[in-house]
Amino acid sequence: MAQPSTPAPGTPGQLFTADDVTRVVDRMAHQLIERAASGSGDGDGLADLVLVGIPTRGAPLARRLAARIEAFTGRSVDVGTVDITLYRDDLRTRGVRALEDTRLPDAGIDGRLVVLVDDVLFSGRSVRAALDGLRDVGRPRAVQLAVLVDRGHRELPIKADFVGKNVPTSRSQQVRVRLAEVDGEDGVSVTDA
Amino acid sequence: MPESLSHRHLLEAADLDRDDATLVLDTAAQIESALAGREVKKLPTLRGRTVVNLFFEDSTRTRISFELAAKRLSADVINFSAKGSSVSKGESLKDTALTLEAMGADGIVVRHSASGAPHRLATWVAGSVVNAGDGTHEHPTQALLDAFTIRKRLGRLDGVRVVITGDVLHSRVARSNVRLLHTLGAEVTLVAPPTLLPVGVDSWPVTVSYDLDAVLPGADVLMMLRVQAERMNASFFPSAREYSRRYGLDADRMARLGDDAIVMHPGPMNRGMEIAADVADSPRSTIVEQVGNGVSVRMAVLYLLLGGNA
Repeated sequence: MAQPSTPAPGTPGQLFTADDVTRVVDRMAHQLIERAASGSGDGDGLADLVLVGIPTRGAPLARRLAARIEAFTGRSVDVGTVDITLYRDDLRTRGVRALEDTRLPDAGIDGRLVVLVDDVLFSGRSVRAALDGLRDVGRPRAVQLAVLVDRGHRELPIKADFVGKNVPTSRSQQVRVRLAEVDGEDGVSVTDA
Repeated sequence: MPESLSHRHLLEAADLDRDDATLVLDTAAQIESALAGREVKKLPTLRGRTVVNLFFEDSTRTRISFELAAKRLSADVINFSAKGSSVSKGESLKDTALTLEAMGADGIVVRHSASGAPHRLATWVAGSVVNAGDGTHEHPTQALLDAFTIRKRLGRLDGVRVVITGDVLHSRVARSNVRLLHTLGAEVTLVAPPTLLPVGVDSWPVTVSYDLDAVLPGADVLMMLRVQAERMNASFFPSAREYSRRYGLDADRMARLGDDAIVMHPGPMNRGMEIAADVADSPRSTIVEQVGNGVSVRMAVLYLLLGGNA
Protein backbone atom coordinates (compact mmCIF):
# COMPACT_ATOMS: atom_id res chain seq x y z
CA MET A 1 0.00 0.00 0.00
CA ALA A 2 1.38 3.38 -1.02
CA GLN A 3 2.35 5.66 1.82
CA PRO A 4 1.03 9.22 1.88
CA SER A 5 3.56 11.84 0.89
CA THR A 6 5.38 12.97 4.01
CA PRO A 7 6.80 16.42 4.56
CA ALA A 8 9.62 16.73 7.08
CA PRO A 9 8.36 16.91 10.68
CA GLY A 10 6.96 20.30 11.51
CA THR A 11 7.05 21.47 7.91
CA PRO A 12 3.87 23.26 6.90
CA GLY A 13 2.15 22.16 3.74
CA GLN A 14 -0.14 19.53 2.34
CA LEU A 15 -0.03 16.30 4.32
CA PHE A 16 -2.70 14.21 2.57
CA THR A 17 -4.14 14.58 -0.89
CA ALA A 18 -7.71 13.41 -1.53
CA ASP A 19 -6.30 10.06 -2.73
CA ASP A 20 -4.26 9.73 0.46
CA VAL A 21 -7.39 10.25 2.56
CA THR A 22 -9.17 7.48 0.64
CA ARG A 23 -6.24 5.09 1.08
CA VAL A 24 -5.86 5.82 4.79
CA VAL A 25 -9.58 5.36 5.42
CA ASP A 26 -9.43 2.02 3.58
CA ARG A 27 -6.49 0.88 5.68
CA MET A 28 -8.22 1.87 8.90
CA ALA A 29 -11.36 0.03 7.80
CA HIS A 30 -9.30 -3.14 7.32
CA GLN A 31 -7.76 -2.70 10.77
CA LEU A 32 -11.19 -2.28 12.32
CA ILE A 33 -12.39 -5.47 10.63
CA GLU A 34 -9.42 -7.38 12.08
CA ARG A 35 -9.92 -5.90 15.55
CA ALA A 36 -13.64 -6.70 15.59
CA ALA A 37 -12.93 -10.32 14.62
CA SER A 38 -10.14 -10.80 17.17
CA GLY A 39 -12.31 -9.53 20.01
CA SER A 40 -15.28 -11.74 19.28
CA GLY A 41 -15.81 -15.35 20.38
CA ASP A 42 -17.32 -16.43 17.09
CA GLY A 43 -18.09 -14.77 13.76
CA ASP A 44 -16.57 -11.55 12.50
CA GLY A 45 -17.69 -9.44 15.49
CA LEU A 46 -19.08 -6.73 13.21
CA ALA A 47 -22.57 -6.94 14.71
CA ASP A 48 -20.92 -6.00 17.98
CA LEU A 49 -19.10 -2.97 16.56
CA VAL A 50 -20.42 0.60 16.81
CA LEU A 51 -18.54 3.47 15.16
CA VAL A 52 -19.28 6.72 17.01
CA GLY A 53 -18.07 9.91 15.35
CA ILE A 54 -17.24 13.09 17.27
CA PRO A 55 -18.72 16.09 15.38
CA THR A 56 -17.92 17.91 13.27
CA ARG A 57 -15.57 15.84 11.09
CA GLY A 58 -15.51 12.65 13.13
CA ALA A 59 -19.14 12.06 12.14
CA PRO A 60 -18.65 11.78 8.34
CA LEU A 61 -15.39 9.93 8.98
CA ALA A 62 -17.25 7.28 10.99
CA ARG A 63 -19.82 6.94 8.21
CA ARG A 64 -17.03 6.51 5.64
CA LEU A 65 -15.32 3.84 7.70
CA ALA A 66 -18.63 1.99 8.02
CA ALA A 67 -19.23 2.23 4.28
CA ARG A 68 -15.76 0.83 3.53
CA ILE A 69 -16.19 -1.99 6.04
CA GLU A 70 -19.46 -2.85 4.32
CA ALA A 71 -17.79 -2.70 0.90
CA PHE A 72 -15.02 -5.09 2.07
CA THR A 73 -17.16 -7.55 4.04
CA GLY A 74 -20.73 -7.12 2.82
CA ARG A 75 -21.77 -6.55 6.44
CA SER A 76 -23.31 -3.32 7.64
CA VAL A 77 -21.97 -1.68 10.81
CA ASP A 78 -23.86 0.55 13.26
CA VAL A 79 -22.82 4.21 13.19
CA GLY A 80 -23.61 7.07 15.55
CA THR A 81 -22.45 10.50 16.62
CA VAL A 82 -21.96 11.97 20.06
CA ASP A 83 -21.80 15.75 20.43
CA ILE A 84 -19.35 16.67 23.17
CA THR A 85 -20.15 20.38 23.54
CA LEU A 86 -22.13 19.98 26.77
CA TYR A 87 -19.27 17.90 28.21
CA ARG A 88 -16.42 20.25 27.37
CA ASP A 89 -14.17 21.62 30.10
CA ASP A 90 -13.37 24.84 28.23
CA LEU A 91 -16.85 26.37 27.91
CA ARG A 92 -16.04 28.95 30.55
CA THR A 93 -12.86 30.09 28.89
CA ARG A 94 -13.96 29.79 25.29
CA GLY A 95 -17.69 30.47 25.59
CA VAL A 96 -20.74 28.53 24.54
CA ARG A 97 -21.18 27.31 21.01
CA ALA A 98 -23.93 25.77 18.94
CA LEU A 99 -24.61 22.09 19.56
CA GLU A 100 -24.29 19.35 16.97
CA ASP A 101 -26.09 16.06 16.46
CA THR A 102 -26.06 13.25 18.96
CA ARG A 103 -27.48 10.06 17.46
CA LEU A 104 -26.82 6.58 18.67
CA PRO A 105 -28.00 3.32 17.11
CA ASP A 106 -31.35 1.97 18.30
CA ALA A 107 -29.62 -1.13 19.60
CA GLY A 108 -27.65 1.08 22.01
CA ILE A 109 -24.05 0.63 23.06
CA ASP A 110 -24.38 -1.67 26.08
CA GLY A 111 -21.97 -4.59 25.93
CA ARG A 112 -20.67 -3.62 22.48
CA LEU A 113 -17.31 -2.53 21.10
CA VAL A 114 -17.52 1.23 20.62
CA VAL A 115 -14.88 2.86 18.47
CA LEU A 116 -14.80 6.64 18.83
CA VAL A 117 -13.82 8.33 15.57
CA ASP A 118 -12.30 11.80 15.26
CA ASP A 119 -10.29 13.63 12.64
CA VAL A 120 -7.37 14.93 14.72
CA LEU A 121 -6.05 13.77 18.10
CA PHE A 122 -4.36 16.68 19.88
CA SER A 123 -4.77 17.44 23.61
CA GLY A 124 -7.10 14.48 24.18
CA ARG A 125 -9.72 16.69 25.82
CA SER A 126 -12.33 16.05 23.14
CA VAL A 127 -11.90 12.34 23.66
CA ARG A 128 -12.25 12.73 27.43
CA ALA A 129 -15.50 14.66 26.88
CA ALA A 130 -16.74 11.95 24.51
CA LEU A 131 -15.94 9.24 27.08
CA ASP A 132 -17.95 11.17 29.68
CA GLY A 133 -20.79 11.46 27.20
CA LEU A 134 -20.76 7.74 26.42
CA ARG A 135 -20.82 6.88 30.12
CA ASP A 136 -24.20 8.60 30.46
CA VAL A 137 -25.61 6.66 27.52
CA GLY A 138 -24.61 3.12 28.41
CA ARG A 139 -21.85 0.69 29.27
CA PRO A 140 -19.93 -0.61 26.27
CA ARG A 141 -17.81 -3.78 26.51
CA ALA A 142 -14.84 -1.68 25.44
CA VAL A 143 -14.18 1.76 23.97
CA GLN A 144 -11.40 2.31 21.46
CA LEU A 145 -10.27 5.33 19.50
CA ALA A 146 -9.66 5.84 15.78
CA VAL A 147 -8.22 9.10 14.42
CA LEU A 148 -7.14 10.18 10.97
CA VAL A 149 -4.20 12.20 12.31
CA ASP A 150 -2.39 12.03 15.64
CA ARG A 151 -0.45 15.28 16.01
CA GLY A 152 0.88 14.74 19.56
CA HIS A 153 0.86 17.21 22.49
CA ARG A 154 -1.45 15.20 24.72
CA GLU A 155 -2.67 16.83 27.93
CA LEU A 156 -4.39 13.70 29.23
CA PRO A 157 -3.41 10.01 29.39
CA ILE A 158 -5.24 9.10 26.18
CA LYS A 159 -3.92 7.04 23.28
CA ALA A 160 -5.44 6.12 19.92
CA ASP A 161 -5.94 2.48 18.91
CA PHE A 162 -6.15 3.20 15.18
CA VAL A 163 -4.14 6.03 13.65
CA GLY A 164 -4.23 7.08 10.01
CA LYS A 165 -0.95 8.92 10.37
CA ASN A 166 1.26 10.20 13.17
CA VAL A 167 2.32 13.76 12.40
CA PRO A 168 4.92 15.52 14.53
CA THR A 169 3.87 19.16 14.88
CA SER A 170 4.75 22.12 16.99
CA ARG A 171 2.04 23.17 19.42
CA SER A 172 1.38 26.44 17.64
CA GLN A 173 0.77 24.83 14.26
CA GLN A 174 -2.68 23.97 12.97
CA VAL A 175 -3.61 20.65 11.43
CA ARG A 176 -6.56 21.10 9.16
CA VAL A 177 -8.54 18.07 7.99
CA ARG A 178 -10.93 18.70 5.12
CA LEU A 179 -13.64 16.21 4.26
CA ALA A 180 -15.92 16.47 1.24
CA GLU A 181 -19.08 16.14 3.36
CA VAL A 182 -18.18 19.26 5.38
CA ASP A 183 -15.60 21.17 3.33
CA GLY A 184 -16.37 20.19 -0.24
CA GLU A 185 -13.06 18.35 -0.75
CA ASP A 186 -10.73 15.88 0.96
CA GLY A 187 -7.25 16.70 2.22
CA VAL A 188 -5.08 17.33 5.26
CA SER A 189 -2.64 20.19 5.67
CA VAL A 190 -0.41 21.67 8.34
CA THR A 191 -0.16 25.44 8.65
CA ASP A 192 1.83 27.73 10.91
CA ALA A 193 -0.46 29.71 13.14
CA MET B 1 -25.52 31.27 12.52
CA PRO B 2 -24.20 32.80 15.77
CA GLU B 3 -22.75 30.54 18.42
CA SER B 4 -24.12 32.50 21.36
CA LEU B 5 -26.92 34.93 22.23
CA SER B 6 -26.52 38.67 21.70
CA HIS B 7 -27.80 39.60 25.20
CA ARG B 8 -26.67 38.55 28.66
CA HIS B 9 -30.23 38.43 30.02
CA LEU B 10 -33.52 37.14 28.66
CA LEU B 11 -36.02 39.77 29.78
CA GLU B 12 -38.43 39.90 26.88
CA ALA B 13 -38.97 38.28 23.52
CA ALA B 14 -37.54 41.37 21.81
CA ASP B 15 -34.12 40.49 23.29
CA LEU B 16 -33.99 37.73 20.69
CA ASP B 17 -33.47 38.49 17.03
CA ARG B 18 -34.22 35.84 14.49
CA ASP B 19 -30.76 34.24 14.71
CA ASP B 20 -30.88 34.20 18.53
CA ALA B 21 -34.34 32.65 18.64
CA THR B 22 -33.38 30.03 16.06
CA LEU B 23 -30.22 29.24 18.06
CA VAL B 24 -32.31 28.60 21.18
CA LEU B 25 -34.74 26.36 19.29
CA ASP B 26 -31.95 24.43 17.55
CA THR B 27 -30.08 24.00 20.83
CA ALA B 28 -33.26 22.74 22.53
CA ALA B 29 -33.78 20.23 19.71
CA GLN B 30 -30.18 18.98 20.03
CA ILE B 31 -30.47 18.66 23.80
CA GLU B 32 -33.71 16.75 23.40
CA SER B 33 -32.24 14.29 20.92
CA ALA B 34 -29.05 13.93 23.00
CA LEU B 35 -31.10 12.95 26.07
CA ALA B 36 -33.70 10.82 24.26
CA GLY B 37 -33.85 7.27 25.56
CA ARG B 38 -30.94 7.79 27.94
CA GLU B 39 -30.73 6.21 31.32
CA VAL B 40 -28.94 9.20 32.87
CA LYS B 41 -30.83 12.31 31.79
CA LYS B 42 -28.22 14.64 33.13
CA LEU B 43 -25.45 16.71 31.60
CA PRO B 44 -22.42 18.14 33.45
CA THR B 45 -22.49 21.45 31.59
CA LEU B 46 -23.37 23.87 34.43
CA ARG B 47 -21.56 22.04 37.23
CA GLY B 48 -20.56 24.56 39.89
CA ARG B 49 -22.97 27.22 38.67
CA THR B 50 -25.79 28.45 40.88
CA VAL B 51 -29.27 29.18 39.58
CA VAL B 52 -31.76 30.94 41.86
CA ASN B 53 -35.47 30.57 41.19
CA LEU B 54 -36.87 33.80 42.58
CA PHE B 55 -40.65 33.54 42.54
CA PHE B 56 -42.69 36.44 43.92
CA GLU B 57 -45.82 34.98 42.34
CA ASP B 58 -47.41 31.53 42.34
CA SER B 59 -46.33 29.07 39.72
CA THR B 60 -46.28 25.33 39.40
CA ARG B 61 -45.16 24.36 35.95
CA THR B 62 -42.80 27.23 35.22
CA ARG B 63 -40.88 26.93 38.49
CA ILE B 64 -40.66 23.15 38.31
CA SER B 65 -39.69 23.35 34.66
CA PHE B 66 -36.84 25.77 35.36
CA GLU B 67 -35.74 23.73 38.37
CA LEU B 68 -35.63 20.52 36.35
CA ALA B 69 -33.84 22.26 33.46
CA ALA B 70 -31.14 23.63 35.78
CA LYS B 71 -30.74 20.30 37.59
CA ARG B 72 -30.43 18.36 34.33
CA LEU B 73 -27.53 20.66 33.49
CA SER B 74 -25.99 19.93 36.93
CA ALA B 75 -26.37 23.48 38.26
CA ASP B 76 -27.00 24.03 41.96
CA VAL B 77 -30.56 25.27 42.36
CA ILE B 78 -31.94 27.47 45.09
CA ASN B 79 -35.69 28.04 45.23
CA PHE B 80 -36.61 31.34 46.77
CA SER B 81 -40.31 31.84 47.20
CA ALA B 82 -41.05 35.39 48.33
CA LYS B 83 -44.78 34.96 48.55
CA GLY B 84 -46.44 36.96 51.30
CA SER B 85 -43.65 39.47 51.63
CA SER B 86 -45.06 42.70 53.06
CA VAL B 87 -42.12 44.87 52.21
CA SER B 88 -42.80 47.36 49.46
CA LYS B 89 -41.95 45.81 46.14
CA GLY B 90 -39.12 48.02 44.91
CA GLU B 91 -37.15 47.78 48.13
CA SER B 92 -37.69 44.11 48.74
CA LEU B 93 -36.65 43.29 45.22
CA LYS B 94 -33.46 45.29 45.53
CA ASP B 95 -32.60 43.85 48.94
CA THR B 96 -33.19 40.37 47.62
CA ALA B 97 -31.08 41.10 44.58
CA LEU B 98 -28.18 42.28 46.72
CA THR B 99 -28.44 39.18 48.88
CA LEU B 100 -28.35 36.93 45.83
CA GLU B 101 -25.47 38.93 44.46
CA ALA B 102 -23.55 38.37 47.69
CA MET B 103 -24.23 34.62 47.43
CA GLY B 104 -22.82 34.58 43.93
CA ALA B 105 -25.83 33.54 41.87
CA ASP B 106 -24.82 32.97 38.25
CA GLY B 107 -28.39 32.94 37.00
CA ILE B 108 -31.59 34.39 38.46
CA VAL B 109 -34.93 33.16 37.16
CA VAL B 110 -37.51 35.67 38.30
CA ARG B 111 -41.29 35.81 38.35
CA HIS B 112 -42.92 38.93 39.68
CA SER B 113 -46.41 40.43 39.65
CA ALA B 114 -44.99 43.81 38.68
CA SER B 115 -44.30 44.34 34.98
CA GLY B 116 -40.67 45.36 34.53
CA ALA B 117 -39.35 43.83 37.77
CA PRO B 118 -36.84 41.58 35.90
CA HIS B 119 -35.50 44.65 34.06
CA ARG B 120 -34.85 46.42 37.38
CA LEU B 121 -33.29 43.29 38.82
CA ALA B 122 -30.96 43.00 35.84
CA THR B 123 -29.46 46.40 36.65
CA TRP B 124 -28.47 45.30 40.17
CA VAL B 125 -26.84 41.91 39.65
CA ALA B 126 -23.82 40.55 37.84
CA GLY B 127 -25.45 37.25 36.84
CA SER B 128 -27.88 36.60 34.00
CA VAL B 129 -31.56 37.31 34.63
CA VAL B 130 -34.26 35.23 32.98
CA ASN B 131 -37.80 36.58 33.05
CA ALA B 132 -40.20 33.80 34.05
CA GLY B 133 -43.23 36.08 33.82
CA ASP B 134 -43.61 39.68 34.96
CA GLY B 135 -47.09 41.07 35.54
CA THR B 136 -48.96 41.48 32.28
CA HIS B 137 -45.74 42.19 30.41
CA GLU B 138 -43.80 39.18 29.11
CA HIS B 139 -43.04 35.49 29.57
CA PRO B 140 -40.36 34.87 26.94
CA THR B 141 -39.52 31.22 27.70
CA GLN B 142 -43.21 30.32 27.30
CA ALA B 143 -43.12 31.88 23.83
CA LEU B 144 -39.94 29.96 23.04
CA LEU B 145 -41.44 26.65 24.09
CA ASP B 146 -44.59 27.43 22.09
CA ALA B 147 -42.50 28.22 19.01
CA PHE B 148 -40.50 25.04 19.60
CA THR B 149 -43.72 23.02 19.82
CA ILE B 150 -45.10 24.53 16.62
CA ARG B 151 -41.87 23.93 14.72
CA LYS B 152 -41.73 20.34 15.94
CA ARG B 153 -45.34 19.58 14.98
CA LEU B 154 -45.54 21.52 11.70
CA GLY B 155 -41.88 21.47 10.67
CA ARG B 156 -41.62 25.24 10.17
CA LEU B 157 -42.49 28.64 11.62
CA ASP B 158 -42.08 30.88 8.59
CA GLY B 159 -45.52 31.68 7.20
CA VAL B 160 -47.35 29.59 9.82
CA ARG B 161 -50.73 31.15 10.66
CA VAL B 162 -51.21 31.36 14.41
CA VAL B 163 -54.49 32.40 16.02
CA ILE B 164 -54.24 33.48 19.67
CA THR B 165 -57.62 33.62 21.42
CA GLY B 166 -58.73 34.85 24.82
CA ASP B 167 -57.67 37.35 27.45
CA VAL B 168 -54.95 39.10 25.47
CA LEU B 169 -55.22 42.19 27.67
CA HIS B 170 -53.76 40.52 30.75
CA SER B 171 -51.67 37.90 28.99
CA ARG B 172 -47.91 38.07 29.16
CA VAL B 173 -47.90 34.81 27.19
CA ALA B 174 -49.71 36.54 24.32
CA ARG B 175 -47.33 39.53 24.36
CA SER B 176 -44.23 37.35 24.22
CA ASN B 177 -45.72 35.07 21.60
CA VAL B 178 -46.76 37.94 19.31
CA ARG B 179 -43.25 39.36 19.43
CA LEU B 180 -41.35 36.09 19.05
CA LEU B 181 -43.62 34.51 16.44
CA HIS B 182 -43.41 37.70 14.38
CA THR B 183 -39.61 37.61 14.66
CA LEU B 184 -39.66 34.04 13.40
CA GLY B 185 -41.86 34.84 10.42
CA ALA B 186 -45.24 33.51 11.58
CA GLU B 187 -48.47 35.42 10.91
CA VAL B 188 -50.39 36.09 14.11
CA THR B 189 -54.10 36.84 14.45
CA LEU B 190 -55.54 37.86 17.82
CA VAL B 191 -59.15 36.99 18.58
CA ALA B 192 -60.84 38.39 21.69
CA PRO B 193 -63.76 40.49 22.82
CA PRO B 194 -62.84 44.18 22.37
CA THR B 195 -62.70 44.59 26.16
CA LEU B 196 -59.91 42.03 26.42
CA LEU B 197 -57.62 43.62 23.84
CA PRO B 198 -55.00 46.09 25.07
CA VAL B 199 -54.86 49.73 24.09
CA GLY B 200 -52.37 50.12 21.26
CA VAL B 201 -52.92 46.64 19.83
CA ASP B 202 -53.25 48.27 16.40
CA SER B 203 -49.51 48.99 16.52
CA TRP B 204 -48.66 45.30 17.12
CA PRO B 205 -47.56 43.19 14.15
CA VAL B 206 -50.86 41.26 14.17
CA THR B 207 -54.29 41.05 12.61
CA VAL B 208 -57.19 41.52 15.05
CA SER B 209 -60.55 39.79 14.79
CA TYR B 210 -63.58 39.51 17.07
CA ASP B 211 -64.95 36.44 15.33
CA LEU B 212 -63.29 33.12 16.16
CA ASP B 213 -65.40 31.07 13.74
CA ALA B 214 -64.32 33.24 10.82
CA VAL B 215 -60.60 32.69 11.35
CA LEU B 216 -60.65 28.97 12.26
CA PRO B 217 -60.48 27.49 8.73
CA GLY B 218 -57.28 29.39 7.87
CA ALA B 219 -55.39 28.62 11.09
CA ASP B 220 -52.42 26.28 11.37
CA VAL B 221 -52.20 26.84 15.12
CA LEU B 222 -54.93 27.78 17.57
CA MET B 223 -53.54 29.02 20.87
CA MET B 224 -56.10 29.31 23.67
CA LEU B 225 -55.34 31.69 26.55
CA ARG B 226 -56.51 31.16 30.08
CA VAL B 227 -59.57 33.05 31.26
CA GLN B 228 -58.60 34.07 34.73
CA ALA B 229 -61.20 33.11 37.27
CA GLU B 230 -60.20 36.01 39.52
CA ARG B 231 -61.41 38.38 36.84
CA MET B 232 -64.71 36.65 36.10
CA ASN B 233 -66.77 39.20 38.03
CA ALA B 234 -65.25 42.20 36.34
CA SER B 235 -67.09 43.68 33.42
CA PHE B 236 -64.81 42.35 30.70
CA PHE B 237 -67.60 40.18 29.32
CA PRO B 238 -71.24 39.60 30.29
CA SER B 239 -71.00 36.02 31.58
CA ALA B 240 -68.79 32.99 31.57
CA ARG B 241 -71.31 31.14 29.44
CA GLU B 242 -71.42 33.83 26.82
CA TYR B 243 -67.63 33.99 26.70
CA SER B 244 -67.43 30.25 26.36
CA ARG B 245 -70.01 30.23 23.57
CA ARG B 246 -68.23 32.90 21.52
CA TYR B 247 -64.57 32.33 22.30
CA GLY B 248 -64.31 28.86 23.82
CA LEU B 249 -63.03 25.88 21.87
CA ASP B 250 -65.34 22.87 21.82
CA ALA B 251 -65.38 19.81 19.56
CA ASP B 252 -67.63 21.51 16.97
CA ARG B 253 -65.28 24.42 16.57
CA MET B 254 -62.24 22.15 16.51
CA ALA B 255 -63.80 20.23 13.60
CA ARG B 256 -63.66 23.44 11.56
CA LEU B 257 -59.88 23.61 11.82
CA GLY B 258 -57.71 22.35 8.96
CA ASP B 259 -56.60 18.71 9.06
CA ASP B 260 -53.07 19.40 10.33
CA ALA B 261 -53.89 22.30 12.64
CA ILE B 262 -52.88 22.00 16.28
CA VAL B 263 -54.44 23.31 19.49
CA MET B 264 -52.21 24.84 22.17
CA HIS B 265 -52.74 26.14 25.69
CA PRO B 266 -50.05 27.49 28.03
CA GLY B 267 -51.81 26.12 31.11
CA PRO B 268 -53.28 26.04 33.62
CA MET B 269 -56.51 25.26 31.76
CA ASN B 270 -60.09 26.00 32.73
CA ARG B 271 -61.70 22.92 31.25
CA GLY B 272 -65.18 23.74 30.00
CA MET B 273 -64.44 27.45 29.90
CA GLU B 274 -61.99 28.45 27.17
CA ILE B 275 -61.36 24.83 26.18
CA ALA B 276 -63.60 21.76 26.33
CA ALA B 277 -62.21 18.67 28.05
CA ASP B 278 -62.46 16.46 24.94
CA VAL B 279 -60.55 19.09 22.95
CA ALA B 280 -57.82 19.37 25.57
CA ASP B 281 -57.34 15.60 25.49
CA SER B 282 -57.53 15.19 21.69
CA PRO B 283 -54.54 14.21 19.54
CA ARG B 284 -54.51 17.72 18.05
CA SER B 285 -53.80 19.17 21.46
CA THR B 286 -50.13 19.80 22.27
CA ILE B 287 -50.80 20.79 25.87
CA VAL B 288 -48.90 17.96 27.56
CA GLU B 289 -46.17 18.08 24.91
CA GLN B 290 -45.68 21.81 25.64
CA VAL B 291 -44.76 20.99 29.23
CA GLY B 292 -42.05 18.52 28.16
CA ASN B 293 -40.76 20.91 25.51
CA GLY B 294 -40.54 23.60 28.19
CA VAL B 295 -37.76 21.72 29.98
CA SER B 296 -35.69 21.33 26.79
CA VAL B 297 -36.13 24.99 25.84
CA ARG B 298 -35.22 26.21 29.34
CA MET B 299 -32.15 23.98 29.33
CA ALA B 300 -31.15 25.62 26.05
CA VAL B 301 -31.66 29.11 27.49
CA LEU B 302 -29.70 28.32 30.67
CA TYR B 303 -26.89 26.72 28.68
CA LEU B 304 -26.61 29.63 26.26
CA LEU B 305 -26.74 32.29 29.01
CA LEU B 306 -24.68 30.59 31.74
CA GLY B 307 -22.51 28.02 29.97
CA GLY B 308 -19.79 30.40 28.84
CA ASN B 309 -18.26 33.42 30.45
CA ALA B 310 -20.76 34.54 33.04
